[in-house]
Amino acid sequence: MAHAHESNTKRIWIVFGILSIITLVEVYLGIIKPEALHLSGPGTSWLNWIFIILTLAKAYGIAWVFMHLEGENKWFRRSIVWSGVFLVSYLVTLLLIEGGYVFDTLSPLVRW
Amino acid sequence: MEANIAVPTEERGKWDGGGPKPFNASYGKMMMWFFILSDALTFSGFLAAYGLTRFKFINSWPIADEVFTHVPFVHGDFPMIYVAIMTFILIFSSVTMVLAVDAGHQMKKSKVTWYMFATIIGGIIFVGSQAWEWNTFINGTYGAVKTTEGKVLQFVKDGKQISLADFVTAPRTDGRIQHTRKNGLWFEGEGTIPNYSVAQVLQSYNANPDIQVRTEFIDLDKKQKTILSREAGALRLANVKTVVEGANLQANEYGNTSFSDFFFFITGFHGFHVVSGIIINIIIFFNVILGTYEKRGNYEMVEKVGLYWHFVDLVWVFVFTFFYLV
Repeated sequence: MAHAHESNTKRIWIVFGILSIITLVEVYLGIIKPEALHLSGPGTSWLNWIFIILTLAKAYGIAWVFMHLEGENKWFRRSIVWSGVFLVSYLVTLLLIEGGYVFDTLSPLVRW
Repeated sequence: MEANIAVPTEERGKWDGGGPKPFNASYGKMMMWFFILSDALTFSGFLAAYGLTRFKFINSWPIADEVFTHVPFVHGDFPMIYVAIMTFILIFSSVTMVLAVDAGHQMKKSKVTWYMFATIIGGIIFVGSQAWEWNTFINGTYGAVKTTEGKVLQFVKDGKQISLADFVTAPRTDGRIQHTRKNGLWFEGEGTIPNYSVAQVLQSYNANPDIQVRTEFIDLDKKQKTILSREAGALRLANVKTVVEGANLQANEYGNTSFSDFFFFITGFHGFHVVSGIIINIIIFFNVILGTYEKRGNYEMVEKVGLYWHFVDLVWVFVFTFFYLV
């Protein structure tokens, strides 16, 4: 609940600017794909890590400012964010490990 | 009941067993948030399944910037540009939405109206772009052939992919024409048949010494698809069963069929959310014009649909990353 009824317009435009810049950086990196970042990295490439981190930053901006989570009751916010983050990371971890395992098992059987 | 609960009145507004504002938010808003949470889990289920499938085929998955390279009205190869524009449109419509909510807090009816209007227009442009993107994807660009093992082979010239239309010049000899209800067997139509027959493609491959075959297999050191020598390519082409042009749920010229399945499913489900968001926005837009919320004394309804609209944007941010960038 926004109790204060003063306008937040300026802040909204600043966040829009930040989100736009992040998107531009993502697209730029996605097009040029610098070799140093694209071909090496822990687990996946550095480039992918950059994309994932920038995406989470964008998600944070949208959820906190646009969806106004920052102004909600602390435990209301936590009931949403913690549940989501916990369940999603759990699911993603399991499925990606499984996908990697299936690849390790099946790919030796595939003749290219 | 009330008397038995030892919660001082000042503590109300937290989780207080049925007050009008649990968590200090109205029920409507709270439930919108919990709906969004559950919907987010649905989407993450899809994206995680996409991740699993992609990991399963990590050495042969299509490379997204070789697939989405088109921009309307412009010829040429522009990976990502159009998706980036779509992302901007959606983020911008999110901004007008949040401005509408902001104007609502100040009870400025005409401002809310105009910002809602801009949001709806942005949403419609986004859905239109999505439709264009689907159309391009379904029609395909280059065309490819598929072997009996289900592997997709594409054709390259000087390392660049080349479309069937650019090198297949041999005449079609199998006499195959499209069956329609009018001339088909027993008044049955059939799915669109490819423009070229397998024999035609093979003949043209043999006649053009500068055409090479590219397989789905990715050289993980260079992250590029493997291009075969002329001889190895001819060997592989001996197993070809069908010509594939464009994409559908059974086959796609870009490579693994799961890729197009997930593309249609995930972007389709997201597009469905955008469409329903637009419809809800339009309803609220008319309510704003009619002065429903002016009379009610607050514009919380605009805030609630705003949450849904931002969520659609939020999901797109993830789809953009995991489908187009990573």
